[in-house]
Amino acid sequence: MEGLLASAIGLLTAVGIYLMLRQRTFPVILGLTFLSYAVNLFIFVSGRLAVNAAPIIGTRDTYADPLPQALVLTAIVISFGMTAVIMIMAIGGYLSSGHDRIDLDDEAGDRGAGE
Amino acid sequence: MSLALIAVLPFLGAFLPGLFLRAGRNACALATGSVTTLALLLLASQAPAILRGEVVRTRIDWLPSLGLNANFFLDGLGLLFAGLILGIGLLIILYARFYLEKSDPMGQFYSYLLLFQGAMLGIVLSDNILLLLVFWELTSLSSFLLIGYWKHLPEGRQGARMALAVTGGGGLALIAGMLILGNIAGSYDLTAILQERDLIQASEWYLPALILILLGAFTKSAQFPFHFWLPHAMAAPTPVSAYLHSATMVKAGLFLMARLWPVLAGTPEWFWIVSTTGLVTMVMAAMIAFFKDDLKALLAYSTVSQLGLITMLLGFGTKAAATVAVFHIINHATFKAALFMTAGIVDHAAHTRDLRRLGGLRRMMPITFGIALLASLSIAGIPPLNGFLSKEMMLQEAADTSWITPWAMGLLATLGALFSVAYSFRFLAHGFLGPSREDRPHPPRDPGPGLWAAPGFLAVLVVVIGLFPMAVAAWLVDAAASAVTGEPVRVKIAFWHGLATPALWMSLAAIGGGLACLGAYPRLRTLWDAAPRPEARHIFDGIVEPLAALARAVTDGLHNGSFGRALVWAVLAIAGAALWAFSGGPHVPGTRAVLPPGPVVTGVWAILMIAALATPFLHRSRITALVLTGVVGLLIAPLFMLFSAPDLALTQVSVEVVTILLMLLALHFLPKDTPAESPPPRRLRDAAVAGIAGLGIGALAWAMMTRVPAFDPISAFHLAQSKPGAGGTNAVNTIIVDFRGYDTFGEIIVLGIAALVIFALTDSLLRTTAVTRRLAAQPRQPESGDRHPMMLVVSTRLLLPMAMLVGVYIYLRGHNLPGGGFVAGLVFAIAYLMQYMASGYDWSQARQRFDHHVLIGWGVLVAALAGVGPWLFGLPFLTSGYTYINLWPLEEFELASAAIFDLGVFLCVLGAVLLTLASLSRLALRTGERASTRAYDTEGGR
Repeated sequence: MEGLLASAIGLLTAVGIYLMLRQRTFPVILGLTFLSYAVNLFIFVSGRLAVNAAPIIGTRDTYADPLPQALVLTAIVISFGMTAVIMIMAIGGYLSSGHDRIDLDDEAGDRGAGE
Repeated sequence: MSLALIAVLPFLGAFLPGLFLRAGRNACALATGSVTTLALLLLASQAPAILRGEVVRTRIDWLPSLGLNANFFLDGLGLLFAGLILGIGLLIILYARFYLEKSDPMGQFYSYLLLFQGAMLGIVLSDNILLLLVFWELTSLSSFLLIGYWKHLPEGRQGARMALAVTGGGGLALIAGMLILGNIAGSYDLTAILQERDLIQASEWYLPALILILLGAFTKSAQFPFHFWLPHAMAAPTPVSAYLHSATMVKAGLFLMARLWPVLAGTPEWFWIVSTTGLVTMVMAAMIAFFKDDLKALLAYSTVSQLGLITMLLGFGTKAAATVAVFHIINHATFKAALFMTAGIVDHAAHTRDLRRLGGLRRMMPITFGIALLASLSIAGIPPLNGFLSKEMMLQEAADTSWITPWAMGLLATLGALFSVAYSFRFLAHGFLGPSREDRPHPPRDPGPGLWAAPGFLAVLVVVIGLFPMAVAAWLVDAAASAVTGEPVRVKIAFWHGLATPALWMSLAAIGGGLACLGAYPRLRTLWDAAPRPEARHIFDGIVEPLAALARAVTDGLHNGSFGRALVWAVLAIAGAALWAFSGGPHVPGTRAVLPPGPVVTGVWAILMIAALATPFLHRSRITALVLTGVVGLLIAPLFMLFSAPDLALTQVSVEVVTILLMLLALHFLPKDTPAESPPPRRLRDAAVAGIAGLGIGALAWAMMTRVPAFDPISAFHLAQSKPGAGGTNAVNTIIVDFRGYDTFGEIIVLGIAALVIFALTDSLLRTTAVTRRLAAQPRQPESGDRHPMMLVVSTRLLLPMAMLVGVYIYLRGHNLPGGGFVAGLVFAIAYLMQYMASGYDWSQARQRFDHHVLIGWGVLVAALAGVGPWLFGLPFLTSGYTYINLWPLEEFELASAAIFDLGVFLCVLGAVLLTLASLSRLALRTGERASTRAYDTEGGR
């Protein structure tokens, strides 16, 4: 199952970065969401995989590592807050400038594309 | 403690000016002045002990393992400098109150001034060289702010930048030099270093350390060839020039040389480098000063020249010369600060500082003239003023010193003194004497006492020290010079040393020659203007501009405003670094046993992979992309569940719901499709970069999971202590609310701040007309027939109390079973959000009893109270306790103080989520969406 999770983490990262390389705000934010899925999973699996070992004391003999779980739990909530902040910035940017491109100026975007 | 307090007071006081500005400019100046006065009184309370020859110390261990301690000590030298910094500072605060215009931001000025004052005090009181270096850099930074105070003047900004580049660059050299010095001596404490003279001078690292330290001192004290920044720094307001560029900051370099004099001086290297630099600076700058037309430029070069004089004296390396240097430091601070303030007064009254346009001010401004007369005669070295005394002593020392030939030093020092006489007399003659200029619209007049009191006081000191040197100044000179040389000093200052002393004849020659120069000024000026001279500023620009261009080229190459380019570089750099690290060592496959894939996990994984893989291909339809994102996010929850993390699964599900709702709302304001703008090559490049990142992270995750941890995880402790220590069986929850409660406390504050930021951003957006106009013009979405479907309305209202019951249940059981404040807060939030969706924003808002902001505030407050509570019992922050209670007819239940903390978490999460979504809804109301507050809005879509 380790292989399944490792491939999932890899794919989520790749999709996240690909979307973040788009030139509009909305896909970039989605990309960031994908990336945070990947990062949360990565931190979670750093406690190693365990089945039927929920860290509720007294229910089993061995337990999964609770520390990465605690870290990821707060990370999930915080990443919601951060996504929301970026989202309102994206809306603000769109409403005040009339477009939702992320690059500072059009030329920069073209040069950045390396064409 | 009081020494540290003296250094810290100005930093603390820097907050006051801004606060007191509302009470008026006088209150603002008074508040600033009282901070300085308090520090001065504290210093004075230490003075008697210092003058008895004692050394006062304060030791505060900070990072002893790094040798970084907040140690302070005060001896005679420190007393002299701290006294100058605070005493002159007080006069400057008074002067600046009347100097600054109404339109100048006074609070800022005084804040910067106090910051600077604190940094200077830190330098002169530090016992630890690392601490000293920190304060040293702080003076560079605060002087940057002060020089560029008039931000609208380009000269101000350029001067500030140049001063920062030169003194900051010297500061870097100084750091290196001081670290070498500390390593030789084996301690970073100055008092310890000062004992190691033989060790340091015998070290092969002595010369590099000396050169680096002197680079720092020379740049700060504007010694040739680094002198050029000081005249450009004259773009600062005059109080700044008087304070930083005559009395204090530029003397920091001198202070450092004096401080380290016992261990560095006395070698041929020291003598040749320091005295030569000082001599060249003194003569050259005095000569340039003579030809400057701007009063402040003249004074700036005069300052450079006088600093050169003191440097030269320190360079001689003899006890007598060091004593004279100390005496001249005092004298220079008195007359030069007075002259700068006079220049400021003239500038204010005559609206020019150009000597070619001034003249005849003597009759119109008698008080100012009197002050200027005393101070400039003192620079020129005319008896019986204090400048005469120290200049005579300096000439005597120079005459006694052999440099290249026995007489060269004496001759050049006389030449320097000659030019000093010349420029002082020119300052007087062209500024105040001569015919009055009648072409001025408003004849200049003396200002009120507020402006002339400070320089007047200094002028009185000039006379008093000159007349009674032994009574007024000798004790301070003794104390400071003893500290510099490390031996007791008893100075003898006198007017008359007899006809046989060379100093008398050198002095007479200087005065005679200076007068002759003034007489021949027009002809000399023609010669000067015709002579070619290098312009320091052009050389500086010539060095700095290519560097800046290079930096710009590198920066622009990496990120030029294109987010994509910056990200690509970052990803490639990280991947490259990881590859480099990976290829550096041998690798064996992991040995940890791999779990066999089960059918459920494989199924979840397959759907997740398909959804994730489809997203980049379908992302241009944003709704589709959002749905796919939601699918991926929701599928992560069962993964958590299957791998023994029920808490995470609960959190992931509820956060996912909220996140998707948020994005759906946001999409309301954004275009619904992403145009296809990237050409295929760019897409291919992006895919390649993303693929590299994904492969790398995936491989890393695989490698990690198939290996046993290199170190034992610390969570064995948490598992063992969860029940006995924190009183809960859910180890994840006890970690969050107890073991790592401090982290969680920070996190809920961050979450609260994020929500408040969103609220504030929305608020400012709604105030922008361009935004509201665009909002109103948003194309209306085709609506479904029923805006608030009756079924949805009724069912959500029925569900509300039940959802809340679930939330309360999840909260209560959290300590022992999966759940807790985070999840409960999210469940509550979703329950409310359903009302918003079903019945409309206005209907729900009208029934909302609690303000979301208040919820966040209460959340943080409750969590803080749970943290502070244990203090009452003498326990550390966030210590938790629990007990079991029997309350008939209930079963025995547990009461844990951590539950109070978790309540805070719950409130904060609830408030933050609701505030975020409510902010977005406020934007939606501006799009012309119809609002309804009636109980059942059945007419909605018709």
